[in-house]
Amino acid sequence: MTIRLLDRAATGSQPEPIGDPAYAVEVLGVHKAFGTLEVLTGVDLQVRRGEVAAILGPSGSGKSTLLRTINHLEKVDKGLILVESEPIGYRLKGDKLHELSEREILRQRARVGFVFQNFNLFPHLTVLDNVIEAPLSAARPSRRRRKELAGRAREFLAAVGVADKADAYPRQLSGGQQQRVAIARALALDPAVILFDEPTSALDPELVGEVLEAIRTLAGQGRTLIIVTHEIGFAREVADTVVFMDGGLIIEQGPPARVLDNPTHERTRAFLSKVL
Amino acid sequence: MTTSPVRDHPPANASAPPADAVATGSRRIDPATLTVVRARHPWRWLAGAAALVVVAQFVNGLVTNPGWDWPTFAKYFTAPVVLQAMWLTIQLTIYGTVLGFALGMAIAAGRLSKNPVLQTISWTYVWAFRSIPLIVQLLFWFNIAYLYNSLSVGVPFGPALATFDVNSTISGMTAAVIGLGLHQAAYSAEIVRAGILSVDHGQLEAAAALGIPRRRQFFKIVLPQAMRGILPNAANEVISLFKGTSIVSTMAIAELFYQVQVIYGRNGRVVPLLMVATVWYIVMTTVLSIVQYYVERHYAKGAVRTMPLTPIQKARKHLAEFTARARQHSPQTKQQTGPEDHR
Repeated sequence: MTIRLLDRAATGSQPEPIGDPAYAVEVLGVHKAFGTLEVLTGVDLQVRRGEVAAILGPSGSGKSTLLRTINHLEKVDKGLILVESEPIGYRLKGDKLHELSEREILRQRARVGFVFQNFNLFPHLTVLDNVIEAPLSAARPSRRRRKELAGRAREFLAAVGVADKADAYPRQLSGGQQQRVAIARALALDPAVILFDEPTSALDPELVGEVLEAIRTLAGQGRTLIIVTHEIGFAREVADTVVFMDGGLIIEQGPPARVLDNPTHERTRAFLSKVL
Repeated sequence: MTTSPVRDHPPANASAPPADAVATGSRRIDPATLTVVRARHPWRWLAGAAALVVVAQFVNGLVTNPGWDWPTFAKYFTAPVVLQAMWLTIQLTIYGTVLGFALGMAIAAGRLSKNPVLQTISWTYVWAFRSIPLIVQLLFWFNIAYLYNSLSVGVPFGPALATFDVNSTISGMTAAVIGLGLHQAAYSAEIVRAGILSVDHGQLEAAAALGIPRRRQFFKIVLPQAMRGILPNAANEVISLFKGTSIVSTMAIAELFYQVQVIYGRNGRVVPLLMVATVWYIVMTTVLSIVQYYVERHYAKGAVRTMPLTPIQKARKHLAEFTARARQHSPQTKQQTGPEDHR
């Protein structure tokens, strides 16, 4: 009974301002283990509003897990993640973190766009419905709202160059087109940050370019993006910051010119010599 | 010239030399001038003919053997008592299906939930009701008044708000519906669960990442995709329940099979009356199979690149092609025909 009372009191008051408003995402001392396997061992990362951060690193280094903790697809064991100064998965009250209800977590997730390696479009919905579904379910779905959202959704689809596919089903599209629809779907929620989990790894080589082009457009619009990628050239061109991870830690980070061309850490050098 | 046979068509680009012409020795062949001789399949024809002879013999037996007694069959097939019994069978199927799948969905949700109490209870339910033979369970419900002679609604372990007499509340029909429904629920639960498990985990992650509320995730994202896996099995269950209703004849409920038994008990014409029941079961199963086809088609949207035509659409297409060809061959335009026209 006390817990419920505490929760209600917390909902009534404004959350206390924490974190630095200059940052869209702050990862503070995050640890994560799957059973005995420690995947993240104290990660700190700050991404400014409008910044594009590319995360590189060998497989198993914790890149994807870090990305998935940012929208609470994975719960962290230790540490805290702030998105626009709001703690993800918790509400800070005094010196206590209160776990959010599932409904509140879902509401928070709408602030964080996520683009999957395997697109994960809903195959039984048309492209347009894929884009509309999340904003439609954010409030009471109605025919009128659906119509309004459809207009906006078509704009997002046009922005990534698949406007003519609005009425097709995902399986009728090429991989590159599907991934661009997935980007439009993430955009439709107008998120504070969009996370990309190896967005071109499942694509045929000739389709990679069109997806990178769509991401490049978003970067040009001043959106905050965090991209886990193996496309070193793309990271060099688009990213403001390159983050190199290994063994569940951030080994080195900085502007691409420094990290990619002049790495200070031995492991970064070893990795780059293999992939470049 | 639209009616000219294919072989007379000029090459696509008549002025230029044919780009796809094949050189064989010194002679150049234009593929457009070649005709195709189709391979013949004599064994296929022979096997087909042999099978048809067997079928013809069987049909001949059905028609000529007086034992089938078709006049009696015709007399009872649409008799009011039989139709009433048929309607009762349909009702039992509908109630059993609705109760079975509603409860089954709840149990499947329980087994997939994170709540250990719900998990255990739903597992136990499935275990128990799959263990008890349907007929034993039905007899329990039929004799429920022996165990509980009054039924009360009220606070658990507290005072009762309303009390019913079991013997008058639970009729034979109610007992049958409860029995069939509870039995069906155990199997439906597993079918629904299988369907839900077959949905790619990435779909749930995407729905969660987009912040779609839980209920909507289930009904808008997971269930429509699970339906593809659920439907063929669910249709099996409905059809098997429909025929399985004949088991309640043991409790003197006037469904189709019971009624037919009553009639042949009176007039001794066992075979034609069994045929009455058989043909009705076949008719209804056919209807259910057709419904299944169209419901499955509905849920296949997006799962295939192009939808195959329905049998009706196919028939219409063939008819359109046939009439188009017939028009083509009408006397004033009749010409020498190429092999393609005979396909």
